[in-house]
Amino acid sequence: MLSLKSAALAGVILSGLSSFALAGGPVDEELVIDGETQITTRTKAAEGVPFEEVTSGWLYRTEETRALEADSFQNPGMLYVERGEEIWNTVDGEAGKSCASCHGDGQEFLKGVGAAYPKWNAKAGKPFNIELQINQCREDNMQAKPYKFDSADQKALTTYIKNQSLGMPMHVDLAQGDMQSWWDRGKETYYTRMGQLNLSCSNCHEENNGNYIRADHLSQGNVNGFPTYRLKQADMVSLHNRFRGCIRDTRAEFPAAFSDELMALEVYVTWRGTGLGIETPSVRQ
Amino acid sequence: MTRGFIYSIAAATLALSAPAMAGTVAPGDVVFADMSVATSMTGETGDPANGRKVFADRKKGNCLACHANTDLKNELFHGDVGPSLDGAGSRWSPEQLRAIVANSKQVFGDQTVMPGFYSLVVGKDIAKEFEGKTILSAQEVEDVVAYLTTLTD
Ligand code: HEC
Ligand code: HEC
Repeated sequence: MLSLKSAALAGVILSGLSSFALAGGPVDEELVIDGETQITTRTKAAEGVPFEEVTSGWLYRTEETRALEADSFQNPGMLYVERGEEIWNTVDGEAGKSCASCHGDGQEFLKGVGAAYPKWNAKAGKPFNIELQINQCREDNMQAKPYKFDSADQKALTTYIKNQSLGMPMHVDLAQGDMQSWWDRGKETYYTRMGQLNLSCSNCHEENNGNYIRADHLSQGNVNGFPTYRLKQADMVSLHNRFRGCIRDTRAEFPAAFSDELMALEVYVTWRGTGLGIETPSVRQ
Repeated sequence: MTRGFIYSIAAATLALSAPAMAGTVAPGDVVFADMSVATSMTGETGDPANGRKVFADRKKGNCLACHANTDLKNELFHGDVGPSLDGAGSRWSPEQLRAIVANSKQVFGDQTVMPGFYSLVVGKDIAKEFEGKTILSAQEVEDVVAYLTTLTD
């Protein structure tokens, strides 16, 4: 398409920052971090997922953005991983404990943990993501205040925890507790048209993935890279922040972070991406 | 009593937040027949120059989010969720274009992803600031339609 090509060219020239120019894709490239850790960015979809192949958002980004993620020295998200490790080892709260006081060395204890969330939490009677699990540990075991949504420490610690599963396949166990009914509810939300623009998640990420919606190349909207370093914000973006952003873009009221509605959506959307490798901290535009 | 006067009373009792101009048809009263809306929804003719602005404005039509359009090639980033609109004015009559822009679901069916720009049939949980409002006013739709008729092969 002629006009698209010239728009892409103009983007490169005008913005100077070519990472904001149009991306191609989904590209046929492999993501290998630091030449060592191979990440599964394409895999056969789990049974019931409405795609033959599930694909990572990484494949839809520009060459420059992809390169940033493949090099952990250049990936700005790695600073948050470091900060997260510090928090893991820092005493906080009335009980005088750190995460490490109970769990020991983070790199050992956390291997694979983040790849298996959300998980059923029997005590709360609902699925927990990493952020909710951190807050429960802080309150019950450290006698510390729960983090406020999207506080810098919450994002850093979550990023650190997920990064300990780098390259491991994302999976969620729907046999736990009442997970299946949360999955059902999440699916319902995923296909519900919302807002003044009257669009559902599926309208963009299922029906139109691979297409351009203005400057953005629509991916399948998978969650294996979260929290994500977003160049636009120059900051880490949590999954519930992203969900709320997509919902706001339809001109709908967005639900509270960690509300039942968004936790159900997290369970369902995580399942859609089953088998993709954890990329945290992924880099997106 | 004129037709326009009756319409404006109807609109007022529906408590539309957009000021109802005399002669403007309320969103729910637009008559779609044969994939067309036969007459101007405001009684006025559209202004293609303003329509071009509304078309490109991200806070108004934001049509480039989904459609490429060579006439606006100086604007960055044309989407390809919908077809290119080059030649749309040759493919469709003005009455059909009015129906497409006012409420695309009436022409393409409920499954289309194209929003209805002059319709109050919207999705779940509409944000408070947009409640009871249409994306474009009736006159803005007329202007966009006038602009689209200029996109001929
Ligand atoms: C109007 C279009 C639109 C709708 C509707 C929409 N999104 Fe998105 N979404 C985008 C765009 C554009 C991006 C950024 C590019 C990309 O990765 O697709 C994005 C990104 C995402 C990402 C990040 C993907 C990554 O690899 O970093 C997730 C997750 C996501 N969306 C989930 C959802 C969910 C869940 C819903 C419904 C509640 C939804 N989206 C509704 C347009 C939309
Ligand atoms: C969210 C995406 C989206 C937006 C925004 C959008 N459209 Fe569309 N439009 C579509 C799709 C998709 C189609 C094709 C019909 C279908 O498949 O449902 C379409 C079809 C059309 C057609 C018929 C195209 C042809 O030549 O056959 C016209 C005309 C049109 N749109 C005009 C507009 C105008 C004017 C605006 C802005 C005021 C606009 N559209 C905004 C998605 C969109």
